[in-house]
Amino acid sequence: MKVFVEGVGLVGPGLNGWQASQPILAGVTPYVEAQTVIPANNLLPSAERRRTGMPVKISLAIGCEAIANAQRNAADLPTVFASSSGDGENMHFIFDMLANNGHEVSPTRFHNSVHNAPSGYWSIATKSMAPSTSLACYDESFAAGLIETSAQVLTTVEAAVLIAYDTPYPVPLHESRPISTAFGVALVLTRDRTERSLAMLEIGIHQQHDPCSPVEDARMEAIRVSSPAARSLPLLSALASRTAGRVCLAYVAGNQLDIAVQPC
Amino acid sequence: MQPLQFSAYTLVTPLGSGLDATLKTLRAGRSCLTKCDFLDVDLDTYIGRISGLEVKPVQTELASYDCRNNRLAQLGLEQDGFAGAVAAARERYGRERIGVFLGTSTSGILDTELAYRQRNPATGALPGSFNYAGSHSCYSVADYVQHALGLAGPSMVVSTACSSSAKVFGSAARMIQAGLCDAAVVGGVDSLCLTTLYGFNSLGLVSSRPCRPFDAERDGISIGEAAGFVLLERVQSPTAADTVLLLGVGESSDAYHMSSPHPEGAGARRAIEAALADAGLTAGDIDYVNLHGTGTRANDAAEDQAVFNTIGGATPCSSTKGATGHLLGAAGVSEAIISALCIRHGFIPGGLNTEHVDPALRVRYELKNQEQTVNRVLSNSLGFGGSNCSLIIGRESMGKA
Repeated sequence: MKVFVEGVGLVGPGLNGWQASQPILAGVTPYVEAQTVIPANNLLPSAERRRTGMPVKISLAIGCEAIANAQRNAADLPTVFASSSGDGENMHFIFDMLANNGHEVSPTRFHNSVHNAPSGYWSIATKSMAPSTSLACYDESFAAGLIETSAQVLTTVEAAVLIAYDTPYPVPLHESRPISTAFGVALVLTRDRTERSLAMLEIGIHQQHDPCSPVEDARMEAIRVSSPAARSLPLLSALASRTAGRVCLAYVAGNQLDIAVQPC
Repeated sequence: MQPLQFSAYTLVTPLGSGLDATLKTLRAGRSCLTKCDFLDVDLDTYIGRISGLEVKPVQTELASYDCRNNRLAQLGLEQDGFAGAVAAARERYGRERIGVFLGTSTSGILDTELAYRQRNPATGALPGSFNYAGSHSCYSVADYVQHALGLAGPSMVVSTACSSSAKVFGSAARMIQAGLCDAAVVGGVDSLCLTTLYGFNSLGLVSSRPCRPFDAERDGISIGEAAGFVLLERVQSPTAADTVLLLGVGESSDAYHMSSPHPEGAGARRAIEAALADAGLTAGDIDYVNLHGTGTRANDAAEDQAVFNTIGGATPCSSTKGATGHLLGAAGVSEAIISALCIRHGFIPGGLNTEHVDPALRVRYELKNQEQTVNRVLSNSLGFGGSNCSLIIGRESMGKA
């Protein structure tokens, strides 16, 4: 599959947006460890915004950044949300209430518990009635999202945006599913090359023959393995370095995604 | 879209296990909703419960995936020779050329709900038997089914609440068209859990009676559980005369509210129009509409507007949720398969439990089973977050207009 990357959005620990993170990802500027900072976004009314969890805030920030970089209109673009675990904090509160509070569940927590909550808030915030899907594929959720988005732009639409995120579970679920950093990445993918295209990706699915690509910097490599969405880091590094390269991402059933990255 | 054929399909709902049992119960016009007796749930409501899951574990070699949701998936795979049909396709195409795309809303979170009752009083830890990846994880059911069927192609779970297992048909069609696989196992599995029962109740959306879609007195949903699977592949030649095809998929977002539909059904309307366009059909080509028809006041009113404004007021419509309950993440595939049965066996199921169709609603809502030729069905799935998906299912010789 051949697709073009037209815009990137990024939120991660010490990675504050695509613009600021490119030299770090390219290895030009040293990586400095820091907490994930989610930039404020006022697309949702404040009453609505207060009810949302971290996945919604991350999705709005990175989706808007990627679409602004691609100079497109959010209302026109189909979206693909990809996350291993959705809003783990919200689920924790529901389980806690169910176990301890006589079976009462807060209605807001319940409607926020669906895996497609970020997609729902996104469509409200951007007034987009375009199709939107929400996927999960455990540690390979970013890879699955990249495949779904690429298949969409090759078969049905000219451009679509992938919004992949993962956030930590509180204890005790954290012990069973240790995601330790909040991370989000958005990619606007297009079928054809445009004047804003950053790179062409040629994506194939093959039985695993190579180890999946690590990130050179050891601290960023630690982020890569700490969050399913951060499995995107080797691809982001290849995009940021603006040189031709090849990235391998682990995928399901002993397969890997081979991605040839060709800067435009 | 290029039509795809239903090469094999199977369904387990409260109506029964397998297509024969499903058809028999639909023909008999029997509702399978019963007074809620699930665990210690203290709600005055009816549920569509699959019996026997408590004593029927998953395949021994996949024991780490054992949970109610994957047990239900396993029960589904065992019906109608489905696993055998997939094995034959695997021989034909190769295991890496068959995708697995399944919908679920709550996966195996019942295990987590129960584990939270058994936290260590000193440390707060969950019991050692709790296994996240095999139960709670949103991807768990596709992971289980991929292993159980010996497949190694692309796979994922689509989790968009009540439209989940309709939207997987769209993903599969795109993946096949993009050349990523030659066939796909699509479907959905959703099982009873406390979060949905108490959650829908907290929103005031659970009826204390078996749900009555489109009734003037409708007052909410009844929650059920189900597993449904379809083996989709390109139309083979020659095809049997009664081969059922996926003709079109339409998807949209409401952009309105997290848990209430757009009051005029604008999102649903857009999905229906997109499905018709995808199939190259017009409203007049649709013989029957299997409504989402959940039985809440707002949902049915919004869907009525969407269907009336696209398909019109003359085409027979019904919701099968009075019989099955709302199957949530498994609703889309269950109703797609019920639609396939309508086409193959020439009948339209009347909506059960409904006594007086709401005079404010304008679609032609059928209360009794109708025996008639059905060539094309529109099936709607509308979910939380304003996620809408419409499917058009039809007969082989009646493909693209």
